[in-house]
Amino acid sequence: MFAFILRRLAVAIPTLLLLIVFSFVLMHLAPGGPFTGERALPPAVLANLERQYGLNDPLWLQIWNYLYNIVVHFDFGPSFVYPDRTVNQLIAAGFPVTLTYGALSFLAAVIFGVSLGVVAAIWHNSWVDYLAVGISIGAQVLPNFVMAPLLVLVFTLWYRLLPGGGWSFNDPSFWIMPVIALATSYMASIARITRSSMLEVLGSNHIRTARAKGMPEHRVIIRHALKPAMLPVISYLGPVFVSMITGSVVIDIYFSTGGIGKAFVDSALNRDYAVMMGVTILIGTLTILFNLLVDVLYAWIDPKIRY
Amino acid sequence: MALLTLTDLSVRFQTNDAEVRAVNNVNLTVEQGETLGIVGESGSGKSQLSFAIMGLLARNGRATGSVTFDGQEILNAPKKVLNSIRAEKIAMIFQDPMTSLNPYMRVADQMAEVLVLHKGLSKRDAVTEAVRMLDAVKIPDAKGRVRLYPHEFSGGMRQRVMIAMALLCRPKLLIADEPTTALDVTVQAQIMQLLSDLQRDFGMAMMLITHDLGVVAGACERVAVMYGGRIRETGPVRPIFAEPTLPYTQGLLDAIPRVDQNDEELRAIPGQPPNMSRPPSGCAFQPRCPYARDVCARIDPPLETFASGRARACHAPVAEVLARQMTRHPDTDQTAAHPGALPGQAIPHGAVAGAGAAGTPSTTEGQ
Repeated sequence: MFAFILRRLAVAIPTLLLLIVFSFVLMHLAPGGPFTGERALPPAVLANLERQYGLNDPLWLQIWNYLYNIVVHFDFGPSFVYPDRTVNQLIAAGFPVTLTYGALSFLAAVIFGVSLGVVAAIWHNSWVDYLAVGISIGAQVLPNFVMAPLLVLVFTLWYRLLPGGGWSFNDPSFWIMPVIALATSYMASIARITRSSMLEVLGSNHIRTARAKGMPEHRVIIRHALKPAMLPVISYLGPVFVSMITGSVVIDIYFSTGGIGKAFVDSALNRDYAVMMGVTILIGTLTILFNLLVDVLYAWIDPKIRY
Repeated sequence: MALLTLTDLSVRFQTNDAEVRAVNNVNLTVEQGETLGIVGESGSGKSQLSFAIMGLLARNGRATGSVTFDGQEILNAPKKVLNSIRAEKIAMIFQDPMTSLNPYMRVADQMAEVLVLHKGLSKRDAVTEAVRMLDAVKIPDAKGRVRLYPHEFSGGMRQRVMIAMALLCRPKLLIADEPTTALDVTVQAQIMQLLSDLQRDFGMAMMLITHDLGVVAGACERVAVMYGGRIRETGPVRPIFAEPTLPYTQGLLDAIPRVDQNDEELRAIPGQPPNMSRPPSGCAFQPRCPYARDVCARIDPPLETFASGRARACHAPVAEVLARQMTRHPDTDQTAAHPGALPGQAIPHGAVAGAGAAGTPSTTEGQ
C-alpha cells in the first residue's frame, strides 16, 4: 500500500507538469492579453509592461522561468492585474474562506445525503422512500444560483436573520447560507447514489446470510450493508470534494464571500495569466491528491482490491 | 412431536404484472435428527419454501399457512422471535458460498458475530470457538486462516466456512439450500460427506434442498418431490428411487445420464417448468406428462397416501406408472441402436404427445 502511494505521488509530478505546460500554452494562444482594455495603452507603456512581465520572451523560456520560480522559490508570480499583490497572497487570502465553506458544505452534503439515501433504501417503496426521493429531486432541481437568491430573500430580506453577504471567520452566521446553497444539489446526488447502491447491496446474498444469522436489521445495515454501499458514493465524492473546496463562483458572487472561485473566473476574464495558472495548479494538485485518497479508501473497504 | 411442521404453507410474490404463486399449500414435517430431501427443478419453489420458513422472503413475498418449530408458531413471527431462532435453532447454508459470505469482512469477524450475538461471548472467546468449528469442518490451519477474507478461500473451503458458521450455535435444524450446486463434483462429495458426519455428531435434523438426485440418494432418509410449488410425492428415498410412482419423478430419474448403459441420448423431460404467474389448469405437470388424461387438465390431484409412508399427487393409477417403468429398459436399448434418433424420442412414447400439448404455459413470457 505504501509503495502504491509513493508510486502514485511520483506519477503525479509529470501529470502536474503536463497540466502546467498545456494550460500555459492554451492561455497564451487565446486572443487578448492582460493589458488589452477598451482604451488601448500607449505603445511605449505596453512595451514596457510586456518587458517587465517577460511577455516578450519565447514561450518556452516563459514556461521555464515560471516553473523555476515555483520549484525554487515557491513563487507563483505577481498578479498581472493587481500589480501590488502576488498570486501567493491572493490564494492565501481567498483559499481559507473557500476551504471553510466548501468543507462544511461537503460535510453537510455527505451526512444528509447518505442518511437520506440509506433511509430511502431501508423503507423502499414506502412513504419514507417517496419523501426522501422527493426531497432529493427538489434539491437537485434548485441549482445554487436559484438557491442563493432565494435564501437571501427569505433569511435576509424577510426574516432579517442572517447577513446577506460578506464573510467573517469569527461569525458562523456568515457561513450558513453559502454552505446551504452549495451543499443542496450535491446532497441530492449523494442521496440518489447511496439509495440505489444500498438497494443493490440489501438484495445481495451476503445480506440474506446476515439476516439468517439472526442479526437485528439495524446491525445488518450498519455492519454488513453500509460499507459496500459506500463504494460508488466514495468514487463520486473524491472529485466533488475538490470542486467544493476550490470554490464556487456563484457562491462567491452572491454572498461576496471573497473566495478563490471568483478570483479564478476574474482571472480568466482579465487574462490575469499568473492568477489563472496559480488556481489551475491548486485545483490540479487537489484533484490528484483526492483521487489518490479515493483509491486508498477503496482498498480499505474492499479487501479484494490490493495494489 | 415433529421438530418442524409446515401446514398449508403458501408463498405468493406480488410483481408488477402478476402474482407469482411460488409455493402452494405445502404440508411437511421434519422429525428430530432426520434428513429430508426436497427435490425439484429450478423454479419449483423449493428455495422459496426454505426462505419462508426462515422469514427471509424478498420484500414483495407473502407467506400464509403455518410453520411450527418445537411447537412454536414461527411463520410471520415478529422479528425478535425470528432472530432468536435464526442461527440458534435453525441455521441455513446457501447455494453460492462466494456471494453468501460477506466479501468485505474477515471470516473471523463474520463467524464471531454469531456467537457474540446469540451466546453473549466476548469477541476473543468467539473467535476461539470459530477456530474450533473451522477445525471441525476440516479446514487445514484454521487458526491462521480465520484471519483471511472469503475470496482467499477456494469454493469448497468457502462452503466449509459457511457450514462452520451455520453450526456455531449447534442448531437443531440445518436447512441446506443447494449446498453443493456451485461446487465441482469431487468437492461436492466431500461436502456431502462432511454434512452427514456433522449431522450425526451434532444430532441435528437437516432439510436438504437440491435438484441433484444423486445427492438425495446419498444423504437423505425421506424425500419430497416438488413441482410447480406443490409437493407431489413424498416417501422414503429407496422405494421412490426404485419404483417412482409419480410420472415427474420417473422423468427426473430417467434424465440422469448413465454411462454404464451405452446410451447416447440425453433424456430430458419435454417442455418447460410452468410459469407460476400463469400456472396451467389442473395438474401443473400435465402439459409435460406422458400419462396425462382428460381429468388432469381439470382437477389438480390431491396428495394422497397410497402405501405406508408414501404419498403422491397424480391421477394416473400407480400400477400404470409402474408398468411403464418396467418396459422402459428394452426401450432404452432400441433408441441406442438408432444414433440419428431425436432426443425427444428417447422419452417414453406418451411423452411425445405430451410435448405437443405443452407449448402453452411458459413460452409467452420468461419467469
